[in-house]
Amino acid sequence: MAMIRLEALGRTFEVGGQQVRALDQVDLTIEAGEYLSIMGPSGSGKSTLLNVLGLLDTPSVGAYWLDGVNTSTMGDDQLAATRQAQIGFVFQSFHLVPRMTAAENVELPMLLAGIGGAERRERAHRSLAGVGLADRADHRPAQLSGGERQRVAIARAIVMQPRLLLADEPTGNLDTGSGAEIVRIMETLNERGLTLIVVTHDLQIGERARRRLRLRDGRVVEDLRAAQA
Amino acid sequence: MNGRELVRFATHSALSHRLRSVLTALGIGIGVTAVVLLTSMGEGLHRYVLEQFTQFGTNIIGINPGRSTTFGASTGIFGSVRPLTIDDAEALKRVPFVLNTVPVVQGTASVEGGGRERSTNISGVGPEFQTAFDFRVALGTFLPADDPRAPRPLAVLGAKMRHELYGERSPLGELLRVGGERYRVIGVMEPKGQVLGFDLDDTVYIPAARALELYNRQGLFEIDVLYDKAVPADEVVAGIERMIIARHGGLDVTITTQQQMLDVLGSVLDIVTFAVAALGGISLLVGGVGIFTIMTIAVRERTAEIGLLRAIGAGRAQIRAIFLGESILLAGIGGAGGLLVGGLTVVLLGVAVPALPVGIALPYVVAAEAVAVLIGLAAGVVPAQRAAALDPVEALRAE
Ligand SMILES: Nc1ncnc2c1ncn2[C@@H]1O[C@H](COP(=O)(O)OP(=O)(O)OP(=O)(O)O)[C@@H](O)[C@H]1O
Ligand SMILES: [Mg+2]
Repeated sequence: MAMIRLEALGRTFEVGGQQVRALDQVDLTIEAGEYLSIMGPSGSGKSTLLNVLGLLDTPSVGAYWLDGVNTSTMGDDQLAATRQAQIGFVFQSFHLVPRMTAAENVELPMLLAGIGGAERRERAHRSLAGVGLADRADHRPAQLSGGERQRVAIARAIVMQPRLLLADEPTGNLDTGSGAEIVRIMETLNERGLTLIVVTHDLQIGERARRRLRLRDGRVVEDLRAAQA
Repeated sequence: MNGRELVRFATHSALSHRLRSVLTALGIGIGVTAVVLLTSMGEGLHRYVLEQFTQFGTNIIGINPGRSTTFGASTGIFGSVRPLTIDDAEALKRVPFVLNTVPVVQGTASVEGGGRERSTNISGVGPEFQTAFDFRVALGTFLPADDPRAPRPLAVLGAKMRHELYGERSPLGELLRVGGERYRVIGVMEPKGQVLGFDLDDTVYIPAARALELYNRQGLFEIDVLYDKAVPADEVVAGIERMIIARHGGLDVTITTQQQMLDVLGSVLDIVTFAVAALGGISLLVGGVGIFTIMTIAVRERTAEIGLLRAIGAGRAQIRAIFLGESILLAGIGGAGGLLVGGLTVVLLGVAVPALPVGIALPYVVAAEAVAVLIGLAAGVVPAQRAAALDPVEALRAE
């Protein structure tokens, strides 16, 4: 059974009485453990697709099966619970809470999940160590470089041990060096079995993925699979 | 997230805007301080007045001539009103459970003694007055148990009166003229102070029958009946009524128990305290508006954070709880600060100005804190609801 299956999925927005088709007739199957990049011009629906996959947004038409469950049957709380347990997000603008230290930011998902303080601290520390930031645990976001902030965000995204990691232009605000570092960290996670989907404008980064999706006007216009290395 | 973690989270975010949070909490704090201070003064007044009334004990019944409904003017329209006499006072002593009766005639007269002259209060009373009201003699004795209809011309001086006329000298045995009549001084009372504006020390006590003569009156002002504490007032009142009807042919007097007086006074004073509490409550309300404003701003500022929390697994209920928690925290801390400041002020006032009647009205203090927390809750509901209703994608885009 495929981890993700989209069937004739569409997402329309209404802007000033006008229908905007952000996603149109998308059919897509993604297996667990895949490494997928999504590229395409601005406004082609990349972020919308990622939000739908991440259960932050719901399709207007069509169906989305996640692990064999039709997500349209899930209520708001169940969607939140599924995001919590299965899905990690990495955003272009990091989305760290500025008043909290790196460790506290990483603890946040566990705090919401009701995990006890001692275990939270232990797991946050391990997660931060995993992205090479063990010594920055007590720094606030403002005291960290862009690359370091994104690494904290990755540590937060994986601390609940999700099966799916969604990254929307994770290197968009970073220089080439730290961008490459972020990609390398995410690829390592993928090698350990995490399903990885990266939206990017950067061709070099996009071409590293084993499977490359190209969108235009809300449709999938290209779905390339690189030969197994 | 459990309760403690929620409080920590709320504290954390409140502390990230220290000045703003302090000012917001201050709004509630001032409201609570106002409630504490105002109700303390109300309560102080309450206690002061009641103390004045109860210092002679609560097992006293007053009988006044004329029938009146409450405290209004007496209405002698239906049938004639017989005067209350000294014989009535004597007869009432035979009513069951009555310990003592005191006839009272009051007025002013010119008093001459020790070579000086004063115009002062005259209290015509019975010999039982002293024991009934627990009023001690400092020098000599109180009025003796003479024939109540023809007592000897003896007088007892209030403490102030004695000083004014005789200074430090002992006035015992001295002659005193009261309204032209000659009296002999046989005692001086201990100082007692004022009771509701009537200075007991600036008074000359003479036998009631003589005061009646002095003022050329038919009847007494009042008969005070002291009864056995262990017996319900109603029972004693019934006995008094029977006696009066038997003697006067009808109930032409007004009988007021101390308890009735206290009840009426108490309810008036309760209204005063409630009114000042309501005044303080208005400032609490203003504080609530402050919290509402700040929470609305906070939700707007932290929209991206709300989106993030939703993305990493927060349900709507959790978002609501986070913002409600913060709003209650601000109000609760403000309220606690207000209690502290208000309470300290009351205590300091009590120490600095002992004459000022203040007393902490505990039920109002507890209510003020509870209301503060409730206001926090109420002020937070709309912003928290707004935060919970945000669309995660929209929220994440805000920055
Ligand atoms: N909330 C919304 N309301 C109205 N229109 C929207 C909304 N979100 C997206 N759209 C529209 O949907 C289309 C796809 O948007 P989307 O953000 O998915 O594009 P994108 O491929 O991520 O673009 P970019 O590369 O610039 O990030 C765009 O035309 C956009 O204007
Ligand atoms: Mg986008």
